[in-house]
Amino acid sequence: MAEVLVYVDHVDGAVRKPTLELLTLARRVGEPVAVALGPGAEATAATLAEHGATRVLTADAAEFADYLVVPKVDALQAAYEAVSPAAVLVPSSAEGKEVAARLAVRIGSGIITDAIDLEAGDEGPVATQSVFAAAFTTKSRVSKGTPVITVKPNSAPVEAAPAAGAVEALAVSFSEKATGTKVVSRTPRESTGRPELTEAAIVVSGGRGVNGAENFALIEGLADSLGAAVGASRAAVDAGWYPHTSQVGQTGKSVSPQLYVATGISGAIQHRAGMQTSKTIVAINKDPEAPIFDLVDYGVVGDLFEVVPQLTEEIKSRKG
Amino acid sequence: MSLRIVVCVKYVPDATGDRHFADDLTVDRDDVDGLLSELDEYAVEQALQIAEDADDAEITVLTVGPEDAKDALRKALSMGADKAVHVEDDDLHGTDVMGTSLVLAKAIEKTGYDLVVCGMASTDGTMGVLPALLAERLGVPQVTLLSEVSVEDGVVKGRRDGDAATEQLEASLPAVVSVTDQSGEARYPSFKGIMAAKKKPVESLDLDDLDIDADEVGLEGAWTKVDSAAERPARTAGTIVKDEGEGGKQLAAFLASQKFI
Ligand SMILES: Cc1cc2nc3c(=O)[nH]c(=O)nc-3n(C[C@H](O)[C@H](O)[C@H](O)COP(=O)(O)OP(=O)(O)OC[C@H]3O[C@@H](n4cnc5c(N)ncnc54)[C@H](O)[C@@H]3O)c2cc1C
Ligand SMILES: Nc1ncnc2c1ncn2[C@@H]1O[C@H](COP(=O)(O)O)[C@@H](O)[C@H]1O
Repeated sequence: MAEVLVYVDHVDGAVRKPTLELLTLARRVGEPVAVALGPGAEATAATLAEHGATRVLTADAAEFADYLVVPKVDALQAAYEAVSPAAVLVPSSAEGKEVAARLAVRIGSGIITDAIDLEAGDEGPVATQSVFAAAFTTKSRVSKGTPVITVKPNSAPVEAAPAAGAVEALAVSFSEKATGTKVVSRTPRESTGRPELTEAAIVVSGGRGVNGAENFALIEGLADSLGAAVGASRAAVDAGWYPHTSQVGQTGKSVSPQLYVATGISGAIQHRAGMQTSKTIVAINKDPEAPIFDLVDYGVVGDLFEVVPQLTEEIKSRKG
Repeated sequence: MSLRIVVCVKYVPDATGDRHFADDLTVDRDDVDGLLSELDEYAVEQALQIAEDADDAEITVLTVGPEDAKDALRKALSMGADKAVHVEDDDLHGTDVMGTSLVLAKAIEKTGYDLVVCGMASTDGTMGVLPALLAERLGVPQVTLLSEVSVEDGVVKGRRDGDAATEQLEASLPAVVSVTDQSGEARYPSFKGIMAAKKKPVESLDLDDLDIDADEVGLEGAWTKVDSAAERPARTAGTIVKDEGEGGKQLAAFLASQKFI
């Protein structure tokens, strides 16, 4: 069976969930060979092996942290040349997409970004994408070169599939361009202790209706009662009530949780673009005409300052 | 030496319109009004600010797109850009991102540049990879997804707010940057700006002018193929209740029935 390269997203050796989902998809089209770069690369191997990686190619060098994107492209290209894979799969993070795109142009291949599903096809992997703010679903494939495909979080289940996961050092020689963009400083984001927005099974979001940064405590309280991540509309972010990293929508994160709770959010097309594929959607909004109600499985027309506290209490008491 | 800035802007179907596909599975551009991608307005704005801070700068706005894409160029000119380049050719219909990046790279080289400024993503394709592709093709640094950007003494600096960290980046010109919608609201064209834009030069280029073969671009030359596009089934109408004092409890009961609690 042909090998498939899987680019690993990890933080100091802790593999992020979308990579494990990618391994599930990779196994549908070939034998997954993982590529892990940077500090902690070797520490990823055990988890990757549990989820189906037959080999784990690793490389660490200061360049990966000190310069933007290009060193990683050089390394992924080295892996590509060493393995001659049938496809290259990369998580659809901002950086993942840039790495994938530059690799694709170097190896003369087409690229598909933001796939939400992947199947084997007669002419190579077929990717499903959700386009025009999730109004359409398309199926496409790469028709030239080795398919390079980036896949969104929550596109496949994480499955245990033990494999060898043999660690092999990947030899990388950096190109002259690798040091073009210097990372002068890096400030890691502080963890909120809540689940990662794009990976969470439940997301509770607040919008302009929340009416103030201090009131986001209400949204956080509801989120915590459900073990959920907190999201926000752009209006709430632009007002400075919640950090931009929590923005859901076209220019924020795209989420696809089991449950999405929209509070005080009207449901503009750009917001919907980031949450419309959620499995179950509920909303609390005082305007019965708000477009968000077109999407909901259950909606409450009412004042969020009344409904949210009651809901949070009721959840807590039901959970005991 | 004057700082030569090229801003890549895309003409896109209005996101609030009823966007759909044409029979050949390319984006239908006939039934929905087009406009300058809102996300590229941020690129024009940052270019204008960089130019204002420079001793001497010239901004060229560049688009690859159909005849109507001139509207996007006019809007950018009315915001304050100096001149425009429009790459237009019937053979470009159906070009994918690889082809578009090739055409843009050639047009940028022909125009001459020190700094290329892009938006973070197009509002129709939403790939967000074109700036990286341009940097790869032009062989210059990529300084992308910036929420803050400045240029001083031939060096571009910017802040990139990533998922895991905020990074301060730096690269020497020439370089390709892209800016996010966090970089600062774009200005509205003034009446004077709109009048002035009518007299600003718009150069038209076709594939021959850029030494690109027709088979490298277009639907046939695309490196990806869309096999099908289906409208997502409308979500089945849900239950909507009015809060009469029990709304929170009712919602909790629904969540429990769906096993979320
Ligand atoms: C290029 C572009 C990209 C964009 N990207 C994004 C994006 O990524 N994400 C995003 O979210 N937006 C995005 N937007 C903005 C988007 O168009 C909307 O402006 C935004 O989503 C509105 O946020 P909102 O729903 O919180 O605010 P509003 O539209 O103002 O809605 C607030 C809602 O709260 C309700 N409300 C008020 N008070 C209460 C109360 N006490 N109880 C209950 N309900 C109450 C109101 O009835 C109203 O429906 C983008 C726009 C553009 C042009
Ligand atoms: N046809 C085009 N003409 C000019 N610029 C474009 C075109 N397509 C994309 N761009 C630029 O590339 C950015 C990212 O586009 P994309 O990768 O398609 O999401 C946009 O914000 C524009 O700055």
